[in-house]
Amino acid sequence: MTSSANHGGAARFVSNPAARFVARRLLYSIVVMLGVLIVVFMLVHLVPGDPVRIALGTRYTPQAYDALRSASGLDRPIVEQFFGYIGSALTGNLGVSFRNGDPVTVTLLERLPATVSLAIVGIIIALLIALPAGIWSALREGRVSDAIVRVTSQFGVSIPDFWMGILLIAVFASTLHWLPTSGYRPLFDDPGGWLQHIILPGLTVGLVAAAIMTRYIRSAVLEVAATGYVRTARSKGLSPRVVTMRHTVRNAAIPILTITGIQLATILGGVIVVEVVFAWPGLGRLVYNAVAARDYPVIQGAVLLIAALFLLINLIVDMLYALVDPRIRLS
Amino acid sequence: MTTRETTGAAEEQSRIAAVRLLAGNPVTVVSAVVLAMVAVVAVTAQWIVPFGINDVDVPNALRPPSGEHWFGTDELGRDVLSRVLVGVQASMRVAVVSVAFAVVVGVTIGVVAGYRGGWLDTVVMRIVDVMFAFPVLLLALAVVAILGPGITTTILAIGIVYTPIFARVARAATLSVRVEPFVQVSRTMGTGHLYMLVRHILPNITGPLIVQTSLSLAFAILSEAALSFLGLGIQPPQPSLGRMIFDSQGFVTLAWWMAVFPGAAIVVAVLAFNLFGDGLRDVLDPKQRTMIEARRRAGADIGGRRRAGADIGGRRRSG
Repeated sequence: MTSSANHGGAARFVSNPAARFVARRLLYSIVVMLGVLIVVFMLVHLVPGDPVRIALGTRYTPQAYDALRSASGLDRPIVEQFFGYIGSALTGNLGVSFRNGDPVTVTLLERLPATVSLAIVGIIIALLIALPAGIWSALREGRVSDAIVRVTSQFGVSIPDFWMGILLIAVFASTLHWLPTSGYRPLFDDPGGWLQHIILPGLTVGLVAAAIMTRYIRSAVLEVAATGYVRTARSKGLSPRVVTMRHTVRNAAIPILTITGIQLATILGGVIVVEVVFAWPGLGRLVYNAVAARDYPVIQGAVLLIAALFLLINLIVDMLYALVDPRIRLS
Repeated sequence: MTTRETTGAAEEQSRIAAVRLLAGNPVTVVSAVVLAMVAVVAVTAQWIVPFGINDVDVPNALRPPSGEHWFGTDELGRDVLSRVLVGVQASMRVAVVSVAFAVVVGVTIGVVAGYRGGWLDTVVMRIVDVMFAFPVLLLALAVVAILGPGITTTILAIGIVYTPIFARVARAATLSVRVEPFVQVSRTMGTGHLYMLVRHILPNITGPLIVQTSLSLAFAILSEAALSFLGLGIQPPQPSLGRMIFDSQGFVTLAWWMAVFPGAAIVVAVLAFNLFGDGLRDVLDPKQRTMIEARRRAGADIGGRRRAGADIGGRRRSG
């Protein structure tokens, strides 16, 4: 720290463990994002044969071929294409759709709200189930109720989400007629319709996530419950409620926060099938349709966006970590 | 010579203890029996089906389960049971081959990176991190987008998706074995790298790999079902559980059996692999094992606590 006389602020920043932690995570995320960009760029070049020809299919004419090829930049040298792609991606330009010529970025932004609202509703449902179930099960470790929660959650992890969605539609929409079978209403245009339409897909996403999260939360609480300070708290005569709420659950908050973040990111990237089942106009169904139509720029853009969101959420979780955990903040 | 004999005896003893522990857990035993049945179906499906999988019998379409058609018939009068059995076979084939691919490639990468260390390790693990940034199904869809739909693509897609997990598990296990005294001693004795890897490293990292294999088979079945559901996996007329569920959507109120039985078949197989994997972990993870043994001996709850997150296999976050 001899240079701290000259660069006091910077040195203090670097010597602050929390800031150093965040800076390291940020740098790491940037490196991984660069790798993601390279993979996404390569996607269209790994296609055996000519991607433009494949994308055009029966619509092929020499004129259409030449037009699409030069519009997508695929006629330029590969190195030029690579730097061109990275450069435009960084400025938010992800090219145009092979199918309808629409700018990919605009399409993605149109689809994003539907997916984000589904993911948020899903994670809320998951937390509402998993928090009480996981904590309860951990506090009753080894008893029958714990076994029931464990078996149920293991069951939930093993159910295909699309199957659960179809069964929910069969019961609550087709038979009981309580809820619509599919479709989407934007939240701000029609809040009532939005709620009606989001319940079944939200439940489908939420129940699967709840099964996974219950198991993590149970383990997290169990780990804290085995520590010395919980035993001390108990032996000095604190009531079980105080021990549970103030000592056990509070200290399990960090792993719970982590799994919530990871699960949210997983939902954002994993709702493809659920969106198809419920005709939900989000990113997932966009990717699905684009894969079926071999619309490579749309696939590339969507994959890039989802991977970026995934990394971003992980980064935010890490930063919250630094904020919440005094061991990182103050050490 | 004597050392080798002692080691052999100790290994043998440890193996017997492991089997006894496995057999002592009723959940693990039941899941093992279910898996054995799934394996039998996977091998013999084409001989045990009561009807031809594509025998159309329109007058008998959409019949509910009966003595003749245990799982009912679909919209073309085809026997649902026969199609489920062959679907299970197809699922298992895809799952086994793709996970085998992931094990071979992933373990090779992970062991070499962990053993060699240095820049190679850094580069390989950063590539693994990048692959972890893509959600499972999305990565599989990207592979399908490149190669076009079909069973070979499905196998390759699932194999590629699960390779990084095995690379990471194998690397972590290798790192912990590499610092063991017997490896150090062997190295000072001038043992060659290949011999060291095959003789010392690989046998000592099989525990976590076996657990991961069981859990990955569960996820592979789910991934194949999802891809086939989307029409990008196993292609008709070959039946697949995922596609059967897709086809059932139009008949869900008329013929519940078309949706319920293929889905139940997936759940049974996946659940069995998950539970079996959990049982294996309890036995193969040395920390878990001492706790279970201590608990059994004490006959009471001594408190075998699990590490947070160690409970669940599958993909973990990067970093």
